[in-house]
Amino acid sequence: MCHALAGLSFDLGPGEILGILGESGSGKSTLAASLLRLLPPNGIITRGLILFEGQDVLRARPRGMEKLRGRRISLIFQEPSVALHPAMRVRDQVEEVLRAHEPLDFAARRNRTRQVLASLFPADADRIANSYPHQLSGGQRQRVLVAQAIACGPSLVLADEPTASLDPTTQQEILALFRTLRQELGLSMVLITHNPGLLAGLADRVLVLYAGRAVEVGPAESVLASPQHPYTRALLRCMPPLDQESQASRKGMLPVISGESPNLSVLVRGCPFEPRCPEKMEVCKSCDPAAVPLSEAHTVSCFKFPG
Amino acid sequence: MRYLLRRMLHAVFLLFGVSILTFLFSTLAPGNYFDEMRLNPQIAPETVASLRAQYQLDRPLPVRYARWVNSVAHGQMGFSFAYNSPVGPLLWVRARNTLLLTLTATLIAWALALPLGIWAAASLGRLPDRALSWTTATLLVIPDLVLALGLLIMAVRSGWFPTGGMVSVGFESLSPLKKLRDIAIHMTLPVVALVISALPMLVRHVRAAVAEVLDAPFLRAAAGHGIPRRRLLYRYALRAAANPLISLLGFSLGTLVSGSLLVEVVMSWPGLGPLLLEAILARDLYVVIGGVLLSTIFLVGGNFLADLLLLWADPRIRTEAGAE
Amino acid sequence: MQLLLNVENLMKRYMTGKSFGSREFLTALDGVSLSIQTATTLALVGESGSGKSTLALCVACLERPTSGSIWFDGRDVAALGEKQQRAVRPQIQVVFQDPSNSLNSRLTALEIVAEPLIIQRRFDKQTRSKRACALLERVGISAKKAGSRPDEFSGGQRQRLAIARALALEPKLLILDEALSALDCSVQAQIANLLLELQASLRLTYLFITHDFAMAAHLADEIAVMDHGRIVELGAAEKLLRSPEHEATRCLLAATPRFHGAANLPEGL
Repeated sequence: MCHALAGLSFDLGPGEILGILGESGSGKSTLAASLLRLLPPNGIITRGLILFEGQDVLRARPRGMEKLRGRRISLIFQEPSVALHPAMRVRDQVEEVLRAHEPLDFAARRNRTRQVLASLFPADADRIANSYPHQLSGGQRQRVLVAQAIACGPSLVLADEPTASLDPTTQQEILALFRTLRQELGLSMVLITHNPGLLAGLADRVLVLYAGRAVEVGPAESVLASPQHPYTRALLRCMPPLDQESQASRKGMLPVISGESPNLSVLVRGCPFEPRCPEKMEVCKSCDPAAVPLSEAHTVSCFKFPG
Repeated sequence: MRYLLRRMLHAVFLLFGVSILTFLFSTLAPGNYFDEMRLNPQIAPETVASLRAQYQLDRPLPVRYARWVNSVAHGQMGFSFAYNSPVGPLLWVRARNTLLLTLTATLIAWALALPLGIWAAASLGRLPDRALSWTTATLLVIPDLVLALGLLIMAVRSGWFPTGGMVSVGFESLSPLKKLRDIAIHMTLPVVALVISALPMLVRHVRAAVAEVLDAPFLRAAAGHGIPRRRLLYRYALRAAANPLISLLGFSLGTLVSGSLLVEVVMSWPGLGPLLLEAILARDLYVVIGGVLLSTIFLVGGNFLADLLLLWADPRIRTEAGAE
Repeated sequence: MQLLLNVENLMKRYMTGKSFGSREFLTALDGVSLSIQTATTLALVGESGSGKSTLALCVACLERPTSGSIWFDGRDVAALGEKQQRAVRPQIQVVFQDPSNSLNSRLTALEIVAEPLIIQRRFDKQTRSKRACALLERVGISAKKAGSRPDEFSGGQRQRLAIARALALEPKLLILDEALSALDCSVQAQIANLLLELQASLRLTYLFITHDFAMAAHLADEIAVMDHGRIVELGAAEKLLRSPEHEATRCLLAATPRFHGAANLPEGL
């Protein structure tokens, strides 16, 4: 048994971008799948509530879920090279999403597809529309995934490691794309990644995920510039610095988080970060820290901060 | 385009090669049509010799081959000793009957195999899939011959179906509608036999191909977009699983004239099967060669068609081939 | 400090036209020259398609360059015949980006690390086992896990396994082709530390290929920036960071994700 998520709570407002910072083993992919109830057959949501635009997602019927997915909430998968059907043209793949949700006739669908692709590929939308996935580059494929995600005008987009296999330049393009979408379409986004650098300048709020729990949540600037939770601090310190002053430590040992990522098959009673925490205390082993507000928007789950 | 031309050229060469080999083996095999006559003491050896000369069986091999190729070009494909007529028209009539049977059976088999296989793959490991697996395994084990005979026995016992042949007595006098009905009734048992023998393998292949695709990330991504389940299975999964299935279809098409021999013989359906069998036993040389050639044409044609379909279905092959 | 590797004017072209007589080709490497001194690290940075991986394959003797020379330890390995190349290959090892693809999932960790020794027919079975165990220990995989298969390891551990395997033949040059790119940030730091430690104790030379400028600047003594099959800028790491000259370098620097603040955290707080 693997406890992928153990008591995770958060909320998201319209037009807001929430960045979920989590490494492998934190439960981030399970989170994305859970929100849309796309878990594999052996994944069960045992407890909890998912409220979307006032609707209880967990109680929706299969047909209701199908209406939700892709239409009100979209998911941008990672690995664009395998998330597209290899034998269908790009245009058809976007049209399929429209076909599933919008009652448009053939010509209207074609038109809408052309519009969506034109907004994402200003230069050569027609050529891309006619192409097959294997004829496109990684960045182009990722844009096609974005096209599928926004085709029906959803209010929420979940992006699971959207830039994982891309070049730095293409990464920046995609991130800029997300910024534009938020501005022009008022989209809310949940951006899941393991790289804090991607969230800076893009996310409004950041939630740090560890062993299926939120250990720190707050405005992006606060969490990234002055992290409070020991895990967040250790994680952000691991990154090799790029500015000149820190070059003194070049070729020196980077500060690492000791130990291994948490074993999710065991539901621990205390704080899950305790074995690796450089500041652990006695109480951390026996009790699970509750979320303590540091300011109106910033909360931490750590016994260092008395509640 | 060049890809297609290359394949066609390859096919033509193959046909020539097969015809030469068949010719060679058939003529080199001991015995010929007139052996039976030779054993008959009442017929003088000179008669046999003159008959042989008349049918040019005493000419050297290359000459006979050349004359045969010429005859093929004229649509006659040699001469049948037993039927005393050119082979071409003989084969054509019989082939038509065979195709009637096999095309119907193939269509029905595929029409059943696709939904059944998809259903099994979609419910992998659960009851429908296991029940289907069990059924197909059982059917696979039954030999074709036993199946055909069993059906025949049932026909005899119940009297619902005719026990052989293609048409009833007095066929000519029936109205067109009744003619159709007559043929259909005669066709039922052989088609059932063919379908039952072909179905299990097809279902298993479809199931395997679709099951492999159902795990793929792009299918989960499509489900994430809210594409309804039925469309997912047919438009997405089947399309992606098409490659191995198209090759299988090529094989199905390839055995259109050769796969029904047993059933035809047992159920006395006047198709290529019985004709070929007779011809082989009687050493009716040109009929044998003609039959083999026809089979080969279908086999090669089936494969070629499969290649074409593959080109159409898989864009990755298409762009590679088109890059030439 | 001598030169371990000296690449001179390396060219690699791939034919892309399928029919005979077609003259279309793709130039992956267009006159690349670089050199690495013993026990130092050269980072090769560039976008995908810039030719970094092709260069790695040529240096590792896994691909033959169209022209140019690769001087390794005094010999031009690009000009050697197949048999002689085979003798040189153990000295140049590669660690690839995706350990789940480059490790044989049917073998245990111990078998994976011992495999190069078996192929090269060195030592008897017992010594091989002992060496393999020692290597696993060296890279931080405990002896308890020596009997596990790759899919029982985490991403970082698999990469350690790949490094251990690469070290089995005691190479002089280790080529790391995006070896850290698929790992989480904290794991990247761990593996980077391991690499630095191994370099110091075993006097290894690294060719570190990446598109992460930050990690390149941290690990390397020199950085070479590649663009469209050519080296457009080459110099000491600090200098490139402080004053990048070429457009491609500037673009890469600008595109590297960065965030403010963490560098200001004093240690231990």
